[in-house]
Amino acid sequence: MNGTDVKRSVAPVTPGVRLGQVSFVWRPWLVCVTLLLAAATFLVFCLSIGVGDFPIGLSRVIATIVGGGERVDKFVIMDLRMPRALAGLVVGIALGVSGALTQSIARNPLASPDILGITGGAGAVSVFLVTVSGGTAAAVVSAVGLSTAALAGGLGTGLLVYFLAWRRGIDGFRLILIGISVSAMMEAITTWLLVTADIKDVARAQAWLVGSLDNRSWSEVRVALWCTLVLLAVVCCVAFQFKPMHLGDEVAAGLGVRYGMVRAVLLLCAVLLAAVGVSAAGPVPFVALVAPQVAMRLARCPTPPMVASGMVGALLLTGADLVARTALPITLPVGVVTAAIGGPFLVYLLVRANLR
Amino acid sequence: MSTTAMERPLAGGTTKARRRRVVGLGTLVAILVIAAAVSLAVGARALSPAEVWHGLFAAPDSDQRLTEIRLIVRTVRMPRTVLAIVAGIALGVGGALIQGYTRNPIADTGLLGVNSGASFAVVSVIAVFGVADPFQYVWFAFLGAAGSGVVVFGLASIGRGAGNPLTLALAGQGITVFLTAMTTAVALSDRASLNALRFWNAGSVAGVGFDVIWPVALFIAVGLVLALTTLPALNLLNLGDDVARGLGVNIALSRTVGIAAITLLAGAATAACGPIAFLGLMVAHVARYLTGPDHRWLVPYAGLLGAVVLLLCDIVGRLVVRPGELDAGVVVALLGAPFFAALVWLGKFKSA
Repeated sequence: MNGTDVKRSVAPVTPGVRLGQVSFVWRPWLVCVTLLLAAATFLVFCLSIGVGDFPIGLSRVIATIVGGGERVDKFVIMDLRMPRALAGLVVGIALGVSGALTQSIARNPLASPDILGITGGAGAVSVFLVTVSGGTAAAVVSAVGLSTAALAGGLGTGLLVYFLAWRRGIDGFRLILIGISVSAMMEAITTWLLVTADIKDVARAQAWLVGSLDNRSWSEVRVALWCTLVLLAVVCCVAFQFKPMHLGDEVAAGLGVRYGMVRAVLLLCAVLLAAVGVSAAGPVPFVALVAPQVAMRLARCPTPPMVASGMVGALLLTGADLVARTALPITLPVGVVTAAIGGPFLVYLLVRANLR
Repeated sequence: MSTTAMERPLAGGTTKARRRRVVGLGTLVAILVIAAAVSLAVGARALSPAEVWHGLFAAPDSDQRLTEIRLIVRTVRMPRTVLAIVAGIALGVGGALIQGYTRNPIADTGLLGVNSGASFAVVSVIAVFGVADPFQYVWFAFLGAAGSGVVVFGLASIGRGAGNPLTLALAGQGITVFLTAMTTAVALSDRASLNALRFWNAGSVAGVGFDVIWPVALFIAVGLVLALTTLPALNLLNLGDDVARGLGVNIALSRTVGIAAITLLAGAATAACGPIAFLGLMVAHVARYLTGPDHRWLVPYAGLLGAVVLLLCDIVGRLVVRPGELDAGVVVALLGAPFFAALVWLGKFKSA
């Protein structure tokens, strides 16, 4: 009996679509929601580019993005505003997808990449570099930049969690508990550094810890963009194998999925996506936690949908950045605004679902 | 009790298992007493057992040295030790209860929003009124903790899926996320609150007197009584809502009482010590490993373990970076986390 026969024996309840090896459940509502989210994200993205000291109309923004436009517009948009807006888009997608992967693998809606230690590790490293004034720390920051050092810290901690949780394979529950404990340690170190540091440094460290999109350059964004694209491609290839895993390890194995391998690859992608997000915008919290849950409820899916989660993440971050820049009397880091929008929106969706 | 017949399978049945659990409970109490004694003796100035005894029980006399010892024991060490025990019990019991009520093994007492509510209240009060004295903002912290707990539970109990464990956990996260953001926003725009917040966030049992501890302990005592009354129902709830309803459990009532207990316990402990993360989560798992899923055993174990761990961590914090001190909350994570991770790796825990 080969794999195809096994698959055919469990006919999906909802009509399926099959293209050779690839098959998926056709959910018109999910597709609609995803397209609407994408459209909304694009709109906010263009608005965000247009708003500023030199306002540019929506039609001119779109004309410039697709290649036309006047020279002045081209300069303002492509050189000054595009990196920041694009960073918001890329980081949002990366964090949203990362969150969807983590929550699916752990089968726990409270799971987010933060739990895998990435935020905690990145935070501890960067707070260390900001608060410990000394030759080595300053040298590290000037040599590689704070965000790269934070990326290394986050990635290192993420991999540490992964290897600590490895015991003849990766078990979702064990991974989360290990992740929680390693994150708790990293946060304790951060707290201790903040307690002992000078108050001026504390303010700088605190601002970094919340995440920000200020002063992004093309070089930083380009790296994040390419990394995200490659990782998303990997996720796309592997994710089709992943669907049956919601049914549990035994069922997935019975359906012929090499679940250990698939889960390891997807988990690694989740860690790397979150790390890319952290390197580009700092540890913007909550997007990875909230976006999949919001996407799941908007799309009425039983599990977090990958593409829609990425779109919600991008919309949340881009929108929050727009609000942070324009609507508020004081400038706040974007992480504060994502939380202020995302948290209540999640609660609203929960209450609405209960009332229906 | 009418539910006795149903509880028997959960309790593990045999008298041998019961005796083992009773012995375990006794051992924990003994360890707690010893740790408390050590806590009174250890510090910037080490005291002998005789000196501690004298400081606790002797009548005041004219001897200069003994009066000094009396002062150290009664006004510095004693409150600190009592607070570590009281807060440890509260956080341990709270952790075990919230994991039981949300049926989520990664739930922590912070999940109801109590920590973030307390933090937000503290920074707001400092930013708006310029209050700088911890003795004053303890009460605002408690109000904030209780307030956010009530809001989270209220939001989770609206409509059809009222009190659904998943809704509760997610509503808690949503509100926590929001309040943390507000706290950061206030702290970043007001340097005094940022300064207070970083010390408050570390979580410490030092520097609070009995004038604060007694009222806090009263709230915790009420929380503990409520918690104990819900334990049989909680056992049945873990068999699933339908089964529990069929066995005559008033689900809404028992959830409300349980959540009220968690809010009181975690809120009062957080108000007095600041957020001590990870403690409740950790001891709940260790307690479940030691006792099995029966909450009538699990919850007392978690409470005693919480007190022992917090007390020991506070002692360690006083010893390691002398003449300075590490806050108990920091030590809990730095020592507890590797220990917990090792237990996880050895495969000691099952999902709740």
